[in-house]
Amino acid sequence: MTDFAIELNGICKRFGAVQANRDVSMNIAKGSIHGIIGENGAGKSTLMSILYGYYQADSGSIAVDGKTVRIRNSQEAIRLGIGMVHQHFMLVDNFTVLENIVLGAEGGLLLKQGLAKAREHLQALNRDYSLEVDPDAIVGELGVGLQQRVEILKALYRGADVLILDEPTAVLTPQEADHLFCILRALREQGKTVILITHKLREVMDITDAVSVMRAGTVVGNVRTADVDKEKLADLMVGRKVTLKVDKAERAPGAAVLDVRQLCLTDARGVKLLDDLNFQVRAGEIVGIAGVSGNGQSELLEVLAGMLEPTSGEIRYQGTDLLQEKSTQPRAALYRRKGIAHVPEDRSREGLVKSFPMFENAILGYHDDKSVSKGGLYSRQALLARTRDFIRQFDIRPDNAQLRVGLLSGGNQQKVVLAREIHANPDLLLIGQPTRGVDIGAIEFIHKRLVELRDAGKAILLVSVELEEILALSDRILVMAGGQISGEVAAREADTVSLGLLMGGHKQ
Amino acid sequence: MEQLFSLLDSTIRVATPLVLAALAGMFSERSGVVDIGLEGKMLVAAFAAAAAAFVTHSPWLGLLAGIMASVSLAMVHAFVSVTYNGNQLISGMAINTIASGITPVLGLAWFQQGGNTPQLDDDSRFHDISLPFADALSNVPLVGHVYSKLLSGHSILVYLTILIIPVVSWVVYRSRFGLRLRAVGENPHAADTAGVSVARVRYIALFWGGVLCGMAGTFLSVYQTGSFIKEMTAGKGFLALAALIFGKWRPLPAVLGCLLFAFADALQIRLEGVDLPVVGQIPSQAIQVIPYVLTVLLLAGFVGRAVAPKAIGVPFVKSR
Repeated sequence: MTDFAIELNGICKRFGAVQANRDVSMNIAKGSIHGIIGENGAGKSTLMSILYGYYQADSGSIAVDGKTVRIRNSQEAIRLGIGMVHQHFMLVDNFTVLENIVLGAEGGLLLKQGLAKAREHLQALNRDYSLEVDPDAIVGELGVGLQQRVEILKALYRGADVLILDEPTAVLTPQEADHLFCILRALREQGKTVILITHKLREVMDITDAVSVMRAGTVVGNVRTADVDKEKLADLMVGRKVTLKVDKAERAPGAAVLDVRQLCLTDARGVKLLDDLNFQVRAGEIVGIAGVSGNGQSELLEVLAGMLEPTSGEIRYQGTDLLQEKSTQPRAALYRRKGIAHVPEDRSREGLVKSFPMFENAILGYHDDKSVSKGGLYSRQALLARTRDFIRQFDIRPDNAQLRVGLLSGGNQQKVVLAREIHANPDLLLIGQPTRGVDIGAIEFIHKRLVELRDAGKAILLVSVELEEILALSDRILVMAGGQISGEVAAREADTVSLGLLMGGHKQ
Repeated sequence: MEQLFSLLDSTIRVATPLVLAALAGMFSERSGVVDIGLEGKMLVAAFAAAAAAFVTHSPWLGLLAGIMASVSLAMVHAFVSVTYNGNQLISGMAINTIASGITPVLGLAWFQQGGNTPQLDDDSRFHDISLPFADALSNVPLVGHVYSKLLSGHSILVYLTILIIPVVSWVVYRSRFGLRLRAVGENPHAADTAGVSVARVRYIALFWGGVLCGMAGTFLSVYQTGSFIKEMTAGKGFLALAALIFGKWRPLPAVLGCLLFAFADALQIRLEGVDLPVVGQIPSQAIQVIPYVLTVLLLAGFVGRAVAPKAIGVPFVKSR
């Protein structure tokens, strides 16, 4: 007998030129919640995929309950009592909860007995862990929080003793996340082992007993949570000191640059995506829009950038209503020319052409800029020079202006978009998910640039699902829920609890 | 009354191969594999069945040959689209092309009758069967009429098909295989992580699709015409596919769609050369177009939004 549920010893895994895991060792105690924290690409997911049987390690060994095992596929992992809750749920939308749970473990050729047995078992699990899932609900009609619980049930139904959760809170409201943590604590009390993969320091501090920090494929620390603090973990994670808070001075904002009045957007099915929005963004301030994704923030950005036509309302920019402007060119181009820059939420689909080199991406949307083009032809020299400027100013790596953008990391791609939009010297910057899929070093850099821009008197509208980011950057915070603004808070007075309530749709 | 009964009687005859093919399509499409090769599989089965029945003088061996021919094409389709993640439309199209090419070539080489097979003698064909007491009951009004005129007097293949319909429906909704089949067609990644082999389920689905197509083809040559005729499927595979979509990929509504198309077809045969009141005699071309116009109208208007299995046409590649 051993006290460890899982022991990983010297795991190595290489994909082509990339060493995803290098000599990774960690012991995960039985009946504990063990955090694995690291930046994007630190090798957390690869390691867990090896444990769950998706990949075979090149070398190293895995022991479950003290016995060395080989896990060749996920069925073997399940048989060893390992369950996984994926970041993207693995559920069949048009099946009921019950059908999803028995799938692959039906217990016989006929469904009837299997389903009856599963229903009983499910009710017991529901009771033990207060999961509150209706077995006959259609999964596609459930909210993400409940879908996640269905995933947990699926693993428990298969007799999982070790539960791996991959970034489980990425899609949850703070309340849902709290509920999830209650469930995880209940699991621990029942003697289950939980492995929590995350990049959120707060979660690790809140709930884990021990934590393994990964950086660039290796484990840089195995510590007890009680022995460390946030700053120490962040330090381990990125390998140098980072300030979690963005330094920014108080600043009195100027005149309103953007004034949105009664803005509405209704889709073809009659659903109100934007419902009577009224707000201003003033020069020299960052207005953050918080909310769980899918509550109208994306549509708001697209409407303001001219990519979507609103159903009604006014968008007053520097005093005139943009929607009344007549123009032969597309709205997005018109707005851009007027000084509204847009860093779209999904940079790889809307901000960049991945198969183009960096220098061609550097003028996307600004093709008629006279300094690089003449009579419809652009000057390659001028363009390359500009791109090299971007590379220098934004520390884009690798520093090769002719490299295909798709080959850059997420953070560097984002820097290319940001450099391009800031270069246009906009009066209003619309920016969506500025640091999604961006590593911590680049996050810090991007945040600094945004604050600089604000201090230079620009108006910035920031949409992000990362509350910490909204809190760190914004001067004022608007919360969106169900297409409406459910509340406004000054950044100084905001805390995650009040914001979380607003995000859940509780009106002020 | 007599007229109506004979109309419904021929509806059943025309519907049988459509139903079999539609159910075949349902298996493969519910598993996430597009099956436009129904037509080709039926054609090859019709040829193989007729040829085997002619040589062996046994309709049952003909049926076996038809099924084997159709299943082997289905396995080619599975190999291309499941094992090699190929384009399922191209694979299906290739099956249709191969089928319409290889059948007359082999027919010409083996039987020298312009690509057709020789007419089968009575022993080598499936025959109409009288159900017990059909004669005795034929004078009982309605019930007796329905029994003796409509239900009795069909081929064994028709009765098999009538049995197969509830069995298929039961398999899809009540069995372990059915659950996995539907899961694999909707979200193969979910099925995979739940420990279901996506490839295995798709192979099995395509196999049963092959079997059913084989029966459909055999029905055409060894029962209906008594010989293989070039291109004798004449779009029936696609009609079955249309019925499947009409039924939103559910077995019973798909069968209903087949009956509807078959009724239109039977009606067309009946109307040919008949003087109708007011309009007089309708040109035969206009009548022949009825089933096809009906197809277009039904698919465009009445079905509403047909929600296909979500993963249809998408090869399954493990995401990690």
